[in-house]
Amino acid sequence: MRHIISLLMENEAGALSRVAGLFSARGYNIESLTVAVTEDPTLSRMTIVTTGSDDVIEQIIKQLNKLIDVVKVLDLNDGKHIERELMLVKVKATGVFKDEMKRMCDIFRGRIIDVADNSYTIELTGSCSKLDAFIEAIDRSAILETVRTGASGIGRGDRILKV
Amino acid sequence: MDASAHSATDTHAKSMTGADIVVSCLNEEKVKFVFGYPGGAVLHIYDALYKQNGFKHILVRHEQAAVHAADAYSRATGDVGVALVTSGPGATNAVTGIATAYMDSIPLVVISGQVPVPAIGMDAFQEVDMVGVTRPCVKHNFLVKHVKDIAPTIKKAFFIAKTGRPGPVVVDIPKDITAHVADFIYPKTVEMRSYNPILKGHSGQIKKAVKLLLSAKRPMIYTGGGLVLGNGAAELVKLAKALNFPVTNTLMGLGGYPATDKQFVGMLGMHGTYEANMAMQHCDVLLAVGARFDDRVIGNPKHFGGQKRTIIHIDVDPSSISKRVKVDVPIVGDVQSVLSDMNEILAQEENQTTDTADWWSQINEWRGIQSLDYVYSDSVIKPQYVVQKLWEVTKGEAYVTSDVGQHQMWAAQYYKFDKPRRWINSGGLGTMGVGLPYAMGCQFADKHAQVACITGEGSIQMNIQELSTCAQYGLPIKVILLNNRYLGMVRQWQEFFYENRYSESYMDSLPDFVKLAESYGHVGMRITNPADVEGALKEAFDRKDKFVFMDFLTDQTENVFPMVENGKGLSEMVLSPNTASRLKGEE
Repeated sequence: MRHIISLLMENEAGALSRVAGLFSARGYNIESLTVAVTEDPTLSRMTIVTTGSDDVIEQIIKQLNKLIDVVKVLDLNDGKHIERELMLVKVKATGVFKDEMKRMCDIFRGRIIDVADNSYTIELTGSCSKLDAFIEAIDRSAILETVRTGASGIGRGDRILKV
Repeated sequence: MDASAHSATDTHAKSMTGADIVVSCLNEEKVKFVFGYPGGAVLHIYDALYKQNGFKHILVRHEQAAVHAADAYSRATGDVGVALVTSGPGATNAVTGIATAYMDSIPLVVISGQVPVPAIGMDAFQEVDMVGVTRPCVKHNFLVKHVKDIAPTIKKAFFIAKTGRPGPVVVDIPKDITAHVADFIYPKTVEMRSYNPILKGHSGQIKKAVKLLLSAKRPMIYTGGGLVLGNGAAELVKLAKALNFPVTNTLMGLGGYPATDKQFVGMLGMHGTYEANMAMQHCDVLLAVGARFDDRVIGNPKHFGGQKRTIIHIDVDPSSISKRVKVDVPIVGDVQSVLSDMNEILAQEENQTTDTADWWSQINEWRGIQSLDYVYSDSVIKPQYVVQKLWEVTKGEAYVTSDVGQHQMWAAQYYKFDKPRRWINSGGLGTMGVGLPYAMGCQFADKHAQVACITGEGSIQMNIQELSTCAQYGLPIKVILLNNRYLGMVRQWQEFFYENRYSESYMDSLPDFVKLAESYGHVGMRITNPADVEGALKEAFDRKDKFVFMDFLTDQTENVFPMVENGKGLSEMVLSPNTASRLKGEE
């Protein structure tokens, strides 16, 4: 099953490699991993999207907690949560694609953030599945380039991950 | 970093170089021995240690041996072992030692030199990314980039190494940092928001566990290296005695329960006794203490899980619980503390024991099979016989180290360890070559102790250069070489699983070990006759001040039994041909 794991860790050199190394050494899947500093500059917040059976997820959480630099770990799937991912897609904007891309962008509530002679760059934010749906919806041959950030997640309401 | 490390109240901070700070930190930690090898990146540190007389530096002949010796020193004493190596090749040579300690959860602080900060990443001479290289085999590691960080980092390193589930910590220090000057303040305490091991077990879980134990019809206690490392042996003995339950130890756990006690059913696992493996498989309530149900212990987990039993698991490391086997009552905590709580709760119970008479008669029936029986020969030395005689001659009091292979299993099966921290071997990583440096570490831990290194001719040659270190420090170690001219365990597997194709498992061109030992100034002995085994061992151990290298020429065809073959269930043991034919005769 797909899980979104959030964690806070000391913002120190090599911290990311400890997490990435743990996943590869123990054969866990990573679908995406995002990391950036928080409002407290000594802490980094990471969101890891992974898949595995309940037993595997339990081990992942335990192994993450075991890393000395990790302060807190939360499986967002344990409760209500929101996830968002940002995608930039460069698409052909010539001929029939010119209107088509503008329309699809509007339907998916995206924004065109760069217009060139032959292309648009579309910014799209949403759950990973929404971004997947956009890619599915447009003509594959129109896609010139995509870049995705991977999911960031946060608990709803009172579910707060903080030191 | 310094935000989380409390400063000492001492206001008379002395200004000193990074190298002097390193040395002062080690003395603050009351380190007695540092095992190491000098080189370019640590020259400042070596100069600083030359000028102090707190700890003693032990010069090994290869960095791998430095880490192994520090590791054994820790296993024997319970203190943190310390090794010091230079950058690049010195650091990579140390990696096998670090990985060995990591797999067996041994607290070490390994200080490695690094190229100067401005040279990092420049492919400088003797540069290696030590933090990157060791990341998967350390509990934690640090690269120190400022001289003021040295003291708080070393303080943290010792704290992390010895608390919770112990393990090795690497502190990588660039050369220029050791020349820079700072005020030396050694933090008195460490506080880390990200690291707070749980020590006290959950009282509700502990009560539940005691109730379960008292309800057992076929109870079993299974303890591992964690019981030894957590100094829980005395509490475990108390509990097992009060309950009159059978006890088995893993390879790493030997000595955690006295082997000569009647409740001890021997080691379990791939080469465990028949009674230990059968009792483990067929028990209804299992108390696991500081053990991790690894593949060499329970065999095929599906087969093990096929038998219904309730499992209570005490471990300081939450990630060891329910990793390979689902556990019913997990108790996270320090084994000593949890067992002591269990003893207290048990003492308040009305009925403090349970009827195990039927279970014991079943176990004694299994015991009657005598799975460790072997055929003595008066023409060729049986390796098992040597270990049995070693136990007798040393009265079971020796520190016994081993390398890895058949001799390791025979040592574990036939030397009866009554005390913890006396059996020193590489259980997790299975590192050939640890035996001799392990013996060095034990002899430094206790200079008057009898130290025996049981080894094979394959393993001993993997760190044979340490014969020189033993000569330099006058270590009266006794090497018990069970020399069968084969990589015995490899040969055994090739016999069983590869139709006797002994691919590269025969060792030709062995040195004359007697002459080799003598060339270092040691005593060498060659023993070829079974009748001479006991006398030779007595003679060797009577030479209390000499290193004696005993080359026992043993039976080349002897195999280790019982054996749970790879992928098989714990109760599907292959017994020795001798035991099997005896059982057949009895039918």
